[in-house]
Amino acid sequence: MQQVIRICNKELKDYFISPIAYIVISIFLLVTGWFFFTTFFYYNQADLRNFFNLLPITFSFLIPAVTMRLFSEELNVGSYEMLLTLPVTFKDILLGKFLAGVLFVAAALVPTFSYPIFIAFMGQLEWGPVAGGYLGALLLGASFVAVGLFASSLTRNQIIAFIVGMAICFTLTLIDKMLFFFPGSLLGVIGYLGADFHFQNIAKGIIDSRDIVYFLSVVFIGLYGTHLVMQEKN
Amino acid sequence: MIHIENLSKYYKDLCAVDQINLDIKKGEILGLLGPNGAGKTTTLRMLTGYFMPTSGTIRVKDYQLDENLLEIKKLMGYLPESAPLYHSMLVYDYLDYVAGLRGLDKNKKISRIRQLVDLCGLDEIMHRSISELSKGLNQRVGLAHAMMDDPEILILDEPTSGLDPNQIAEIREIIRHIGEEKTVILSTHILSEVEATCDRVVIIDKGKIVANDRMENLKQSAGQTHFIHLDILRANFQDVHDRLSGIDGVAEIEKINEKPNGPLSVKVACKSASDLRETVYHAIKQTDWVLIEFHQETKTLETIFRELTEED
Repeated sequence: MQQVIRICNKELKDYFISPIAYIVISIFLLVTGWFFFTTFFYYNQADLRNFFNLLPITFSFLIPAVTMRLFSEELNVGSYEMLLTLPVTFKDILLGKFLAGVLFVAAALVPTFSYPIFIAFMGQLEWGPVAGGYLGALLLGASFVAVGLFASSLTRNQIIAFIVGMAICFTLTLIDKMLFFFPGSLLGVIGYLGADFHFQNIAKGIIDSRDIVYFLSVVFIGLYGTHLVMQEKN
Repeated sequence: MIHIENLSKYYKDLCAVDQINLDIKKGEILGLLGPNGAGKTTTLRMLTGYFMPTSGTIRVKDYQLDENLLEIKKLMGYLPESAPLYHSMLVYDYLDYVAGLRGLDKNKKISRIRQLVDLCGLDEIMHRSISELSKGLNQRVGLAHAMMDDPEILILDEPTSGLDPNQIAEIREIIRHIGEEKTVILSTHILSEVEATCDRVVIIDKGKIVANDRMENLKQSAGQTHFIHLDILRANFQDVHDRLSGIDGVAEIEKINEKPNGPLSVKVACKSASDLRETVYHAIKQTDWVLIEFHQETKTLETIFRELTEED
Protein backbone atom coordinates (compact mmCIF):
# COMPACT_ATOMS: atom_id res chain seq x y z
CA MET A 1 0.00 0.00 0.00
CA GLN A 2 2.89 2.33 0.77
CA GLN A 3 4.27 1.75 -2.68
CA VAL A 4 0.89 2.70 -4.17
CA ILE A 5 0.97 5.98 -2.27
CA ARG A 6 4.55 6.71 -3.36
CA ILE A 7 3.74 6.12 -7.01
CA CYS A 8 0.53 8.13 -6.75
CA ASN A 9 2.48 10.94 -5.11
CA LYS A 10 5.02 11.00 -7.87
CA GLU A 11 2.37 11.12 -10.60
CA LEU A 12 0.50 13.92 -8.84
CA LYS A 13 3.72 15.87 -8.44
CA ASP A 14 4.37 15.43 -12.16
CA TYR A 15 0.96 16.92 -12.92
CA PHE A 16 1.28 19.89 -10.64
CA ILE A 17 4.93 20.72 -11.30
CA SER A 18 4.41 20.80 -15.04
CA PRO A 19 1.83 23.11 -16.64
CA ILE A 20 -0.53 20.22 -17.54
CA ALA A 21 -2.58 20.45 -14.35
CA TYR A 22 -3.10 24.20 -14.55
CA ILE A 23 -3.97 24.21 -18.24
CA VAL A 24 -6.40 21.32 -17.98
CA ILE A 25 -8.10 22.63 -14.85
CA SER A 26 -8.47 26.15 -16.22
CA ILE A 27 -9.97 24.88 -19.44
CA PHE A 28 -12.34 22.69 -17.48
CA LEU A 29 -13.45 25.61 -15.31
CA LEU A 30 -13.82 27.93 -18.27
CA VAL A 31 -15.90 25.51 -20.30
CA THR A 32 -18.19 24.36 -17.50
CA GLY A 33 -18.46 27.85 -16.02
CA TRP A 34 -19.35 29.42 -19.33
CA PHE A 35 -21.98 26.89 -20.35
CA PHE A 36 -23.49 26.76 -16.91
CA PHE A 37 -23.78 30.47 -16.16
CA THR A 38 -24.82 31.71 -19.60
CA THR A 39 -28.16 29.90 -19.22
CA PHE A 40 -28.36 29.83 -15.44
CA PHE A 41 -30.28 33.09 -15.02
CA TYR A 42 -32.91 32.28 -17.71
CA TYR A 43 -34.16 29.26 -15.82
CA ASN A 44 -34.42 31.16 -12.59
CA GLN A 45 -33.91 27.97 -10.63
CA ALA A 46 -31.44 27.53 -7.81
CA ASP A 47 -29.88 24.20 -8.76
CA LEU A 48 -26.81 22.75 -10.44
CA ARG A 49 -28.64 20.51 -12.85
CA ASN A 50 -27.21 22.14 -15.95
CA PHE A 51 -23.71 21.92 -14.60
CA PHE A 52 -24.05 18.20 -13.96
CA ASN A 53 -25.78 17.63 -17.29
CA LEU A 54 -22.71 18.86 -19.05
CA LEU A 55 -20.16 17.06 -16.94
CA PRO A 56 -20.07 13.66 -18.73
CA ILE A 57 -19.26 15.30 -22.08
CA THR A 58 -16.57 17.57 -20.62
CA PHE A 59 -15.07 14.67 -18.75
CA SER A 60 -14.89 12.56 -21.92
CA PHE A 61 -12.54 15.17 -23.40
CA LEU A 62 -10.72 16.14 -20.30
CA ILE A 63 -9.90 12.92 -18.54
CA PRO A 64 -8.26 11.11 -21.48
CA ALA A 65 -6.04 14.18 -21.85
CA VAL A 66 -4.96 13.75 -18.25
CA THR A 67 -4.48 9.99 -18.33
CA MET A 68 -2.94 9.65 -21.80
CA ARG A 69 0.62 9.98 -20.52
CA LEU A 70 0.39 7.62 -17.57
CA PHE A 71 1.55 4.50 -19.40
CA SER A 72 2.33 5.77 -22.92
CA GLU A 73 5.10 8.05 -21.74
CA GLU A 74 6.70 5.35 -19.62
CA LEU A 75 6.60 2.91 -22.52
CA ASN A 76 7.95 5.47 -24.93
CA VAL A 77 10.87 6.63 -22.78
CA GLY A 78 11.49 3.11 -21.47
CA SER A 79 11.32 4.19 -17.84
CA TYR A 80 8.69 1.51 -17.34
CA GLU A 81 11.50 -1.02 -17.31
CA MET A 82 13.27 0.81 -14.51
CA LEU A 83 10.06 1.19 -12.56
CA LEU A 84 8.98 -2.43 -12.86
CA THR A 85 12.39 -3.76 -11.80
CA LEU A 86 12.21 -1.80 -8.56
CA PRO A 87 10.62 -3.73 -5.72
CA VAL A 88 7.05 -2.94 -6.74
CA THR A 89 4.34 -5.15 -8.20
CA PHE A 90 2.35 -4.26 -11.27
CA LYS A 91 -0.69 -3.83 -9.03
CA ASP A 92 1.11 -1.11 -7.08
CA ILE A 93 1.91 0.76 -10.27
CA LEU A 94 -1.60 0.41 -11.66
CA LEU A 95 -3.37 1.47 -8.48
CA GLY A 96 -0.92 4.30 -7.89
CA LYS A 97 -1.52 5.75 -11.32
CA PHE A 98 -5.27 5.21 -11.09
CA LEU A 99 -5.41 6.93 -7.72
CA ALA A 100 -3.37 9.86 -9.04
CA GLY A 101 -5.85 10.26 -11.89
CA VAL A 102 -8.85 10.18 -9.56
CA LEU A 103 -7.25 12.71 -7.21
CA PHE A 104 -6.56 14.94 -10.16
CA VAL A 105 -10.24 14.83 -11.15
CA ALA A 106 -11.15 15.62 -7.56
CA ALA A 107 -8.76 18.57 -7.62
CA ALA A 108 -10.43 19.85 -10.79
CA LEU A 109 -13.84 19.60 -9.12
CA VAL A 110 -12.87 21.44 -5.94
CA PRO A 111 -13.01 24.97 -7.44
CA THR A 112 -16.53 24.29 -8.70
CA PHE A 113 -17.72 24.12 -5.07
CA SER A 114 -17.94 27.87 -5.42
CA TYR A 115 -20.96 27.44 -7.72
CA PRO A 116 -23.30 25.90 -5.14
CA ILE A 117 -22.02 28.26 -2.47
CA PHE A 118 -22.70 31.20 -4.75
CA ILE A 119 -26.15 29.88 -5.68
CA ALA A 120 -27.04 29.24 -2.04
CA PHE A 121 -26.76 32.97 -1.43
CA MET A 122 -29.26 33.73 -4.17
CA GLY A 123 -31.96 31.16 -3.59
CA GLN A 124 -33.05 28.05 -1.81
CA LEU A 125 -30.51 25.43 -2.91
CA GLU A 126 -31.29 21.82 -2.22
CA TRP A 127 -28.07 20.25 -1.00
CA GLY A 128 -29.09 16.62 -1.55
CA PRO A 129 -28.76 16.63 -5.35
CA VAL A 130 -25.57 18.69 -5.09
CA ALA A 131 -23.92 16.12 -2.82
CA GLY A 132 -25.20 13.35 -5.07
CA GLY A 133 -23.90 15.18 -8.09
CA TYR A 134 -20.41 15.46 -6.70
CA LEU A 135 -20.38 11.82 -5.60
CA GLY A 136 -21.55 10.87 -9.09
CA ALA A 137 -18.93 13.12 -10.66
CA LEU A 138 -16.21 11.37 -8.70
CA LEU A 139 -17.52 7.93 -9.68
CA LEU A 140 -17.84 8.98 -13.31
CA GLY A 141 -14.34 10.49 -13.17
CA ALA A 142 -12.92 7.30 -11.68
CA SER A 143 -14.44 5.14 -14.41
CA PHE A 144 -13.16 7.46 -17.14
CA VAL A 145 -9.70 7.44 -15.54
CA ALA A 146 -9.75 3.64 -15.66
CA VAL A 147 -10.77 3.76 -19.33
CA GLY A 148 -8.07 6.35 -20.04
CA LEU A 149 -5.44 4.21 -18.32
CA PHE A 150 -6.46 1.30 -20.49
CA ALA A 151 -6.12 3.41 -23.63
CA SER A 152 -2.74 4.64 -22.43
CA SER A 153 -1.46 1.10 -21.95
CA LEU A 154 -2.28 0.20 -25.56
CA THR A 155 0.27 2.43 -27.24
CA ARG A 156 3.48 4.38 -26.84
CA ASN A 157 1.94 7.32 -28.64
CA GLN A 158 0.17 9.74 -26.32
CA ILE A 159 -1.98 11.21 -29.07
CA ILE A 160 -3.34 7.81 -30.03
CA ALA A 161 -3.92 7.07 -26.35
CA PHE A 162 -5.89 10.31 -26.06
CA ILE A 163 -8.04 9.63 -29.10
CA VAL A 164 -8.79 6.03 -28.16
CA GLY A 165 -9.60 7.04 -24.59
CA MET A 166 -11.82 9.86 -25.75
CA ALA A 167 -13.64 7.60 -28.21
CA ILE A 168 -14.47 5.07 -25.52
CA CYS A 169 -15.55 7.70 -22.98
CA PHE A 170 -17.63 9.46 -25.59
CA THR A 171 -19.36 6.24 -26.61
CA LEU A 172 -20.13 5.46 -22.99
CA THR A 173 -21.60 8.92 -22.53
CA LEU A 174 -23.71 9.08 -25.66
CA ILE A 175 -24.77 5.50 -26.22
CA ASP A 176 -28.07 5.87 -24.37
CA LYS A 177 -28.93 8.87 -26.56
CA MET A 178 -28.67 6.78 -29.70
CA LEU A 179 -31.01 3.99 -28.78
CA PHE A 180 -33.02 4.39 -31.98
CA PHE A 181 -30.13 2.84 -33.92
CA PHE A 182 -30.45 -0.44 -32.08
CA PRO A 183 -33.02 -3.25 -32.33
CA GLY A 184 -35.73 -3.18 -29.71
CA SER A 185 -34.64 -6.33 -27.95
CA LEU A 186 -31.25 -4.80 -27.07
CA LEU A 187 -32.55 -1.49 -25.80
CA GLY A 188 -32.56 -2.45 -22.14
CA VAL A 189 -28.99 -3.68 -22.18
CA ILE A 190 -27.57 -0.80 -24.19
CA GLY A 191 -29.45 1.78 -22.18
CA TYR A 192 -27.90 0.28 -19.09
CA LEU A 193 -24.40 0.70 -20.58
CA GLY A 194 -24.72 4.47 -20.81
CA ALA A 195 -22.59 6.30 -18.29
CA ASP A 196 -24.70 9.43 -18.58
CA PHE A 197 -27.89 7.59 -17.61
CA HIS A 198 -26.33 6.30 -14.38
CA PHE A 199 -24.65 9.57 -13.63
CA GLN A 200 -27.89 11.56 -13.97
CA ASN A 201 -29.60 9.15 -11.60
CA ILE A 202 -27.05 9.87 -8.91
CA ALA A 203 -27.02 13.57 -9.71
CA LYS A 204 -30.75 13.71 -8.93
CA GLY A 205 -29.77 12.71 -5.42
CA ILE A 206 -30.95 9.12 -5.72
CA ILE A 207 -28.25 6.74 -4.59
CA ASP A 208 -29.13 3.45 -6.22
CA SER A 209 -26.85 0.47 -5.80
CA ARG A 210 -27.25 -0.32 -9.53
CA ASP A 211 -25.60 2.95 -10.50
CA ILE A 212 -22.77 2.49 -8.04
CA VAL A 213 -22.24 -1.07 -9.24
CA TYR A 214 -22.16 0.18 -12.83
CA PHE A 215 -19.36 2.67 -12.17
CA LEU A 216 -17.38 0.24 -10.06
CA SER A 217 -17.66 -2.34 -12.85
CA VAL A 218 -16.34 0.12 -15.43
CA VAL A 219 -13.40 0.89 -13.12
CA PHE A 220 -12.74 -2.79 -12.61
CA ILE A 221 -12.98 -3.67 -16.30
CA GLY A 222 -10.73 -0.75 -17.26
CA LEU A 223 -8.07 -1.65 -14.72
CA TYR A 224 -8.25 -5.35 -15.45
CA GLY A 225 -7.95 -4.65 -19.17
CA THR A 226 -4.85 -2.56 -18.50
CA HIS A 227 -3.43 -5.39 -16.42
CA LEU A 228 -3.98 -7.86 -19.26
CA VAL A 229 -2.47 -5.56 -21.89
CA MET A 230 0.65 -4.83 -19.85
CA GLN A 231 1.08 -8.49 -18.92
CA GLU A 232 0.91 -9.38 -22.58
CA LYS A 233 3.71 -6.93 -23.36
CA ASN A 234 6.17 -8.83 -21.18
CA MET B 1 23.92 -17.10 -6.01
CA ILE B 2 22.07 -17.19 -9.32
CA HIS B 3 21.09 -20.40 -11.02
CA ILE B 4 19.61 -20.38 -14.51
CA GLU B 5 18.28 -23.56 -16.02
CA ASN B 6 17.05 -24.20 -19.57
CA LEU B 7 15.98 -20.62 -19.97
CA SER B 8 14.25 -19.81 -23.27
CA LYS B 9 12.39 -16.84 -24.64
CA TYR B 10 10.40 -16.67 -27.83
CA TYR B 11 8.92 -13.53 -29.35
CA LYS B 12 6.10 -15.06 -31.31
CA ASP B 13 8.13 -17.43 -33.54
CA LEU B 14 11.46 -15.72 -33.12
CA CYS B 15 13.74 -17.42 -30.65
CA ALA B 16 15.70 -14.80 -28.73
CA VAL B 17 17.17 -16.97 -26.01
CA ASP B 18 17.57 -20.69 -26.48
CA GLN B 19 17.99 -23.12 -23.56
CA ILE B 20 20.55 -21.23 -21.52
CA ASN B 21 22.14 -22.78 -18.44
CA LEU B 22 24.26 -20.59 -16.22
CA ASP B 23 25.49 -20.41 -12.65
CA ILE B 24 26.75 -17.20 -11.17
CA LYS B 25 28.66 -17.20 -7.94
CA LYS B 26 28.66 -14.59 -5.25
CA GLY B 27 31.20 -11.82 -5.68
CA GLU B 28 31.79 -12.49 -9.34
CA ILE B 29 31.93 -9.91 -12.10
CA LEU B 30 30.40 -11.65 -15.08
CA GLY B 31 30.61 -10.23 -18.56
CA LEU B 32 27.87 -11.12 -20.99
CA LEU B 33 29.30 -10.69 -24.44
CA GLY B 34 27.71 -11.04 -27.83
CA PRO B 35 27.00 -9.34 -31.13
CA ASN B 36 23.95 -7.12 -31.49
CA GLY B 37 20.73 -9.08 -31.23
CA ALA B 38 22.36 -12.10 -29.63
CA GLY B 39 19.93 -12.14 -26.71
CA LYS B 40 21.95 -10.36 -24.02
CA THR B 41 19.31 -7.80 -23.12
CA THR B 42 16.55 -10.38 -23.24
CA THR B 43 18.47 -12.60 -20.83
CA LEU B 44 19.03 -9.73 -18.43
CA ARG B 45 15.41 -8.68 -18.66
CA MET B 46 14.28 -12.14 -17.71
CA LEU B 47 16.78 -12.20 -14.87
CA THR B 48 15.29 -9.01 -13.45
CA GLY B 49 11.73 -10.22 -13.85
CA TYR B 50 10.81 -7.65 -16.49
CA PHE B 51 10.16 -10.34 -19.10
CA MET B 52 8.53 -13.64 -18.33
CA PRO B 53 10.56 -16.55 -19.70
CA THR B 54 8.81 -18.81 -22.21
CA SER B 55 10.30 -21.78 -20.41
CA GLY B 56 13.00 -22.57 -17.90
CA THR B 57 13.69 -21.51 -14.35
CA ILE B 58 15.70 -18.83 -12.64
CA ARG B 59 16.66 -19.08 -8.99
CA VAL B 60 18.30 -16.34 -7.02
CA LYS B 61 19.60 -17.48 -3.62
CA ASP B 62 16.67 -19.54 -2.33
CA TYR B 63 14.04 -17.69 -4.26
CA GLN B 64 12.28 -18.88 -7.37
CA LEU B 65 11.75 -16.06 -9.86
CA ASP B 66 8.13 -16.79 -10.70
CA GLU B 67 7.12 -17.19 -7.04
CA ASN B 68 9.16 -14.67 -5.07
CA LEU B 69 9.66 -11.96 -7.64
CA LEU B 70 9.36 -9.17 -5.11
CA GLU B 71 12.05 -10.67 -2.85
CA ILE B 72 14.38 -11.04 -5.82
CA LYS B 73 13.75 -7.48 -6.96
CA LYS B 74 14.83 -6.34 -3.51
CA LEU B 75 18.18 -8.11 -3.96
CA MET B 76 18.83 -6.66 -7.38
CA GLY B 77 19.79 -3.33 -8.79
CA TYR B 78 19.23 -3.02 -12.51
CA LEU B 79 20.35 -0.44 -15.02
CA PRO B 80 18.66 -0.93 -18.40
CA GLU B 81 20.39 0.02 -21.60
CA SER B 82 20.81 3.79 -22.02
CA ALA B 83 19.26 4.43 -18.60
CA PRO B 84 15.72 5.59 -19.42
CA LEU B 85 14.92 7.98 -16.56
CA TYR B 86 11.92 10.24 -16.07
CA HIS B 87 12.72 13.34 -18.07
CA SER B 88 10.52 15.71 -16.17
CA MET B 89 12.10 15.11 -12.76
CA LEU B 90 15.04 16.72 -11.02
CA VAL B 91 17.94 14.43 -10.23
CA TYR B 92 17.43 14.81 -6.51
CA ASP B 93 13.68 14.18 -6.75
CA TYR B 94 14.30 11.11 -8.82
CA LEU B 95 16.81 9.60 -6.42
CA ASP B 96 14.51 10.44 -3.53
CA TYR B 97 11.63 8.68 -5.30
CA VAL B 98 13.72 5.58 -5.98
CA ALA B 99 14.97 5.54 -2.39
CA GLY B 100 11.35 5.65 -1.24
CA LEU B 101 10.30 2.77 -3.47
CA ARG B 102 13.35 0.85 -2.26
CA GLY B 103 11.99 1.24 1.24
CA LEU B 104 14.76 3.35 2.78
CA ASP B 105 13.58 5.39 5.75
CA LYS B 106 14.06 9.11 5.97
CA ASN B 107 17.47 9.29 7.66
CA LYS B 108 18.94 6.43 5.71
CA LYS B 109 17.65 7.96 2.53
CA ILE B 110 19.61 11.16 2.98
CA SER B 111 22.86 9.47 3.97
CA ARG B 112 22.60 6.93 1.16
CA ILE B 113 21.91 9.59 -1.45
CA ARG B 114 24.97 11.49 -0.15
CA GLN B 115 27.14 8.39 -0.53
CA LEU B 116 25.92 7.79 -4.05
CA VAL B 117 26.46 11.39 -5.00
CA ASP B 118 30.10 11.03 -4.00
CA LEU B 119 30.50 7.65 -5.64
CA CYS B 120 28.94 8.60 -8.95
CA GLY B 121 30.05 12.24 -8.97
CA LEU B 122 26.62 13.87 -9.04
CA ASP B 123 27.36 16.92 -6.84
CA GLU B 124 26.89 19.54 -9.46
CA ILE B 125 23.74 18.21 -11.08
CA MET B 126 21.50 17.34 -8.14
CA HIS B 127 19.13 20.20 -8.86
CA ARG B 128 19.10 19.95 -12.60
CA SER B 129 16.32 18.45 -14.62
CA ILE B 130 17.07 14.99 -15.97
CA SER B 131 16.08 16.08 -19.47
CA GLU B 132 19.03 18.51 -19.49
CA LEU B 133 21.66 15.92 -18.66
CA SER B 134 24.24 14.70 -21.12
CA LYS B 135 24.40 11.02 -21.93
CA GLY B 136 27.24 10.35 -19.50
CA LEU B 137 25.61 12.16 -16.61
CA ASN B 138 22.35 10.43 -17.34
CA GLN B 139 24.16 7.11 -17.18
CA ARG B 140 25.68 8.02 -13.83
CA VAL B 141 22.29 8.88 -12.39
CA GLY B 142 21.11 5.51 -13.69
CA LEU B 143 23.99 3.85 -11.90
CA ALA B 144 23.01 5.61 -8.68
CA HIS B 145 19.45 4.37 -9.27
CA ALA B 146 20.70 0.79 -9.58
CA MET B 147 22.87 0.98 -6.47
CA MET B 148 20.36 2.76 -4.27
CA ASP B 149 19.65 -0.08 -1.89
CA ASP B 150 23.24 -1.34 -1.89
CA PRO B 151 21.95 -4.45 -3.68
CA GLU B 152 23.73 -7.79 -3.53
CA ILE B 153 23.39 -8.25 -7.26
CA LEU B 154 23.98 -5.49 -9.74
CA ILE B 155 22.86 -5.97 -13.33
CA LEU B 156 24.07 -3.48 -15.91
CA ASP B 157 23.02 -3.54 -19.54
CA GLU B 158 25.70 -1.91 -21.69
CA PRO B 159 26.71 0.52 -18.95
CA THR B 160 29.28 2.35 -21.05
CA SER B 161 27.50 2.62 -24.39
CA GLY B 162 27.63 6.10 -25.84
CA LEU B 163 30.10 7.50 -23.32
CA ASP B 164 33.34 9.25 -24.06
CA PRO B 165 36.64 7.57 -23.10
CA ASN B 166 37.01 9.48 -19.83
CA GLN B 167 33.52 8.61 -18.75
CA ILE B 168 34.03 4.98 -19.72
CA ALA B 169 37.12 4.83 -17.54
CA GLU B 170 35.20 6.38 -14.64
CA ILE B 171 32.25 4.00 -14.94
CA ARG B 172 34.60 1.01 -15.15
CA GLU B 173 36.36 2.21 -12.04
CA ILE B 174 33.03 2.37 -10.23
CA ILE B 175 32.06 -1.11 -11.44
CA ARG B 176 35.36 -2.61 -10.32
CA HIS B 177 34.94 -0.92 -6.97
CA ILE B 178 31.46 -2.38 -6.48
CA GLY B 179 32.58 -5.76 -7.78
CA GLU B 180 34.92 -6.18 -4.82
CA GLU B 181 31.95 -7.10 -2.63
CA LYS B 182 28.96 -7.57 -4.88
CA THR B 183 27.93 -9.80 -7.71
CA VAL B 184 27.94 -7.84 -10.93
CA ILE B 185 26.55 -8.96 -14.27
CA LEU B 186 27.19 -6.65 -17.19
CA SER B 187 26.44 -7.01 -20.84
CA THR B 188 28.41 -5.36 -23.57
CA HIS B 189 29.63 -5.76 -27.08
CA ILE B 190 32.85 -3.93 -26.35
CA LEU B 191 35.56 -6.51 -25.83
CA SER B 192 38.11 -4.39 -24.07
CA GLU B 193 35.48 -3.64 -21.47
CA VAL B 194 35.20 -7.28 -20.56
CA GLU B 195 38.95 -7.66 -20.49
CA ALA B 196 39.26 -4.64 -18.25
CA THR B 197 36.57 -5.44 -15.71
CA CYS B 198 35.31 -9.01 -15.71
CA ASP B 199 36.37 -12.20 -13.92
CA ARG B 200 34.37 -14.46 -16.15
CA VAL B 201 33.05 -14.17 -19.67
CA VAL B 202 29.96 -15.68 -21.18
CA ILE B 203 29.71 -15.28 -24.93
CA ILE B 204 26.21 -15.51 -26.36
CA ASP B 205 25.39 -15.88 -30.01
CA LYS B 206 21.92 -16.34 -31.51
CA GLY B 207 20.47 -17.04 -28.09
CA LYS B 208 22.94 -19.77 -27.19
CA ILE B 209 25.96 -19.75 -24.91
CA VAL B 210 28.99 -20.46 -27.05
CA ALA B 211 31.67 -19.88 -24.42
CA ASN B 212 31.62 -19.66 -20.67
CA ASP B 213 34.94 -19.48 -18.89
CA ARG B 214 37.36 -17.40 -16.90
CA MET B 215 39.23 -14.81 -18.89
CA GLU B 216 42.64 -16.52 -18.60
CA ASN B 217 41.29 -19.94 -19.51
CA LEU B 218 39.54 -18.61 -22.53
CA LYS B 219 42.75 -17.12 -23.83
CA GLN B 220 44.68 -20.29 -23.05
CA SER B 221 42.19 -22.49 -24.85
CA ALA B 222 42.69 -20.40 -27.94
CA GLY B 223 46.14 -21.98 -28.13
CA GLN B 224 48.26 -18.91 -27.54
CA THR B 225 49.29 -18.78 -31.17
CA HIS B 226 51.26 -15.75 -32.21
CA PHE B 227 51.07 -13.71 -35.35
CA ILE B 228 53.86 -11.53 -36.64
CA HIS B 229 52.89 -8.44 -38.59
CA LEU B 230 55.38 -7.10 -41.10
CA ASP B 231 55.25 -4.02 -43.29
CA ILE B 232 58.00 -4.13 -45.88
CA LEU B 233 59.00 -1.67 -48.58
CA ARG B 234 60.52 -2.70 -51.91
CA ALA B 235 59.47 -6.31 -51.82
CA ASN B 236 56.91 -8.41 -53.61
CA PHE B 237 54.77 -10.98 -51.89
CA GLN B 238 56.12 -13.99 -53.77
CA ASP B 239 59.71 -13.30 -52.65
CA VAL B 240 58.67 -12.71 -49.06
CA HIS B 241 56.63 -15.88 -49.08
CA ASP B 242 59.52 -17.97 -50.43
CA ARG B 243 62.00 -16.58 -47.98
CA LEU B 244 59.89 -16.82 -44.85
CA SER B 245 58.22 -20.17 -45.50
CA GLY B 246 61.63 -21.77 -45.20
CA ILE B 247 61.79 -20.84 -41.52
CA ASP B 248 61.06 -23.63 -39.10
CA GLY B 249 57.88 -22.93 -37.11
CA VAL B 250 56.03 -20.79 -39.63
CA ALA B 251 52.56 -22.13 -40.29
CA GLU B 252 51.12 -19.75 -42.82
CA ILE B 253 51.97 -16.52 -44.59
CA GLU B 254 49.18 -14.25 -45.60
CA LYS B 255 49.16 -11.05 -47.62
CA ILE B 256 47.06 -8.42 -45.91
CA ASN B 257 47.42 -5.68 -48.44
CA GLU B 258 49.80 -4.27 -50.97
CA LYS B 259 49.91 -0.79 -52.40
CA PRO B 260 51.91 0.24 -55.44
CA ASN B 261 54.82 2.34 -54.14
CA GLY B 262 53.61 1.58 -50.62
CA PRO B 263 54.50 -1.07 -48.11
CA LEU B 264 53.54 -4.70 -48.42
CA SER B 265 51.72 -5.93 -45.29
CA VAL B 266 52.19 -9.55 -44.39
CA LYS B 267 50.85 -11.61 -41.53
CA VAL B 268 52.91 -14.62 -40.49
CA ALA B 269 51.14 -17.23 -38.36
CA CYS B 270 53.40 -19.21 -36.05
CA LYS B 271 52.87 -22.88 -35.38
CA SER B 272 53.49 -23.01 -31.67
CA ALA B 273 53.98 -20.63 -28.81
CA SER B 274 57.60 -20.19 -29.85
CA ASP B 275 58.87 -16.69 -30.51
CA LEU B 276 60.05 -16.43 -34.15
CA ARG B 277 60.79 -12.73 -34.19
CA GLU B 278 64.54 -13.14 -34.11
CA THR B 279 64.69 -15.65 -36.98
CA VAL B 280 62.29 -13.63 -39.09
CA TYR B 281 64.36 -10.52 -38.50
CA HIS B 282 67.58 -12.24 -39.54
CA ALA B 283 65.93 -13.65 -42.64
CA ILE B 284 64.87 -10.20 -43.75
CA LYS B 285 68.13 -8.50 -42.79
CA GLN B 286 69.98 -10.44 -45.48
CA THR B 287 67.88 -8.80 -48.24
CA ASP B 288 67.66 -5.19 -49.36
CA TRP B 289 64.00 -4.85 -48.30
CA VAL B 290 63.15 -2.06 -45.92
CA LEU B 291 61.34 -3.16 -42.81
CA ILE B 292 59.15 -0.33 -41.51
CA GLU B 293 56.77 -2.16 -39.18
CA PHE B 294 57.39 -5.27 -37.14
CA HIS B 295 55.29 -6.51 -34.23
CA GLN B 296 53.93 -9.66 -32.70
CA GLU B 297 50.29 -10.27 -31.76
CA THR B 298 48.81 -12.91 -29.56
CA LYS B 299 45.37 -14.26 -30.28
CA THR B 300 43.09 -11.93 -28.36
CA LEU B 301 39.60 -12.02 -27.05
CA GLU B 302 38.64 -10.27 -30.22
CA THR B 303 39.73 -13.15 -32.43
CA ILE B 304 38.13 -15.66 -30.11
CA PHE B 305 34.94 -13.67 -30.19
CA ARG B 306 34.95 -13.45 -33.95
CA GLU B 307 35.57 -17.14 -34.39
CA LEU B 308 32.76 -18.07 -32.05
CA THR B 309 30.14 -15.71 -33.37
CA GLU B 310 30.91 -15.60 -37.04
CA GLU B 311 28.08 -16.15 -39.50
CA ASP B 312 28.32 -19.50 -41.17
